[in-house]
Amino acid sequence: MSDKPEELNVQSPQTEQTERTPINQEAESFERAVDTPQSRLEQLVEQLKHDIAEDVVDEAIINEVNGQLPTITVKKEHWLAVARWFQVEEEWSCDYLRNVAGVDQGDELEVVYHLISLQTRREIAVHVKTEREQSWIPSVTPLWPTANWNEREVYDLLGIDFPGHPDLRRIMMPDDWVGHPLRKDYDPSDTEV
Amino acid sequence: MIRTEELLLNVGPQHPSTHGVFRIVLKLDGEIIKEATPVMGYLHRGTEKLAEQLNYTQIIPYTDRMDYVSAMTNNYVLVHAVEKMMNIEIPERAEFMRLIVMELQRVASHLVWWGTYLLDIGAMSPFLYAFRDREVIIDLFNELCGARLTYNYMRVGGVKWDAPSGWIDKVRDFIPYMRKRLKEYDKLVSGNEIFLARIKGVGIYDAQTAIAYGLSGANLRCTGVNWDLRKQEPYSLYERFDFDVPLSFNGDCYDRYRIRIEEIVQSLRILEQAVEQFPSEGETMGKVPRVIRPPAGEVYARIESPRGEIGCYIVSKGKAEPYRLKFRRPSFVNLQILPELLVGQSMTNLITILGGVDIVVGEVDC
Repeated sequence: MSDKPEELNVQSPQTEQTERTPINQEAESFERAVDTPQSRLEQLVEQLKHDIAEDVVDEAIINEVNGQLPTITVKKEHWLAVARWFQVEEEWSCDYLRNVAGVDQGDELEVVYHLISLQTRREIAVHVKTEREQSWIPSVTPLWPTANWNEREVYDLLGIDFPGHPDLRRIMMPDDWVGHPLRKDYDPSDTEV
Repeated sequence: MIRTEELLLNVGPQHPSTHGVFRIVLKLDGEIIKEATPVMGYLHRGTEKLAEQLNYTQIIPYTDRMDYVSAMTNNYVLVHAVEKMMNIEIPERAEFMRLIVMELQRVASHLVWWGTYLLDIGAMSPFLYAFRDREVIIDLFNELCGARLTYNYMRVGGVKWDAPSGWIDKVRDFIPYMRKRLKEYDKLVSGNEIFLARIKGVGIYDAQTAIAYGLSGANLRCTGVNWDLRKQEPYSLYERFDFDVPLSFNGDCYDRYRIRIEEIVQSLRILEQAVEQFPSEGETMGKVPRVIRPPAGEVYARIESPRGEIGCYIVSKGKAEPYRLKFRRPSFVNLQILPELLVGQSMTNLITILGGVDIVVGEVDC
């Protein structure tokens, strides 16, 4: 394994693995048209492009190890619109934000949101990336109050700003702490700390 | 007119009713709470940062120290996440052992909650009863893995220790013992008028609020939302067992109390079946590479801990150490609703409501 950051996810099923004869190819494409995680993902991306913006999705993959979880990467400028879309759109109605995780990906910082609908059971993971310096991602606290402390934690430990957050303060570290510990370039022996 | 003045009151971080080093700053008008600001971080140890320098097996003892009242489920969520990434098969006997200890842990955890909650409200003896019975479970764990609270019991691929001879029989004997005790406790406490006056109709919220705040566990199910990951997204062997998810609909402290008591009953049901079906022999460790290196990728595994949905999000770059490890801690998420519940309540209800949420500060701060 190489050291540099690479593709986060395993690519989705179907392609290349099975030997293709014209018959099973046809069966496969038929199956794909009907209902597979991949087809549903493609459909979702089309819908998002249509409803929000052409360039909204940077990447869309099926995370196989995570029970075929659809995982998309959206532009931070569109994240708020996408979040609202998932919440309002009937077939999704993601009312439950189950996890918010900040990740330092080296060149960029990233926040991963795991959404689920308790009614439709549909689930999605959304990655939102931001640059290292002056990093910001719009806050989704107005949509899901549960994001409040989660975003404070990400701000505290990774230093990402969440414009729109009602009360963005440190939550784990003391208020006068210098630096953001979960960043990879954080130096614990920094004299200023 | 009497002139009133707002009073700023600090509760904690050293306060017996905050169950650890949790602090809350209250703005009071007389006895009525006007504003409540929780202050966390007194127990923040940076588990997630530390984990980035450790290999996966070394992280397991750290999970014991998050929710130290329910260490077994914490162990499980980590190894479960890694197993998902590496697609490791677990021997049946090992999975049974895990399930049995997790359910015993749920009973133990709810007993601690029950005892301390009543202690908070002013009843001393239930605390002693609860801890006496929990001691039986802790002795079982001690016999199994040599620790009373921080078990470090599970491993990626299985469990560290097989059940000593006679251990399963002890678990079997525990079930009727606990059932009998539980009935007594119900008689002792659940109908007590003073107790009911303190908790009925206190700290009410509805299902919509609960979902918006991302609550889980009894805090969610007390509003009638049928969401128990053991049923909804079955993991381990839960699909094989017959049990119910206790629900109730008023969303007050009393309902949360009832649900936790009922969950002990259901856990005992699961244990009874698990002990019956326990395979008489078999491996306790699956085939696992010597150095655990999950392939590059990410996974979010979640299970139902006694406090709700505990999740483990791992980003791996194919190395022996995780690139990023994040725990979704139910105590942390559940606690968020507290400031909203407290506004307009009298000071005495602070303890009732905070206790009803059931937090473990080790998990809030992580």
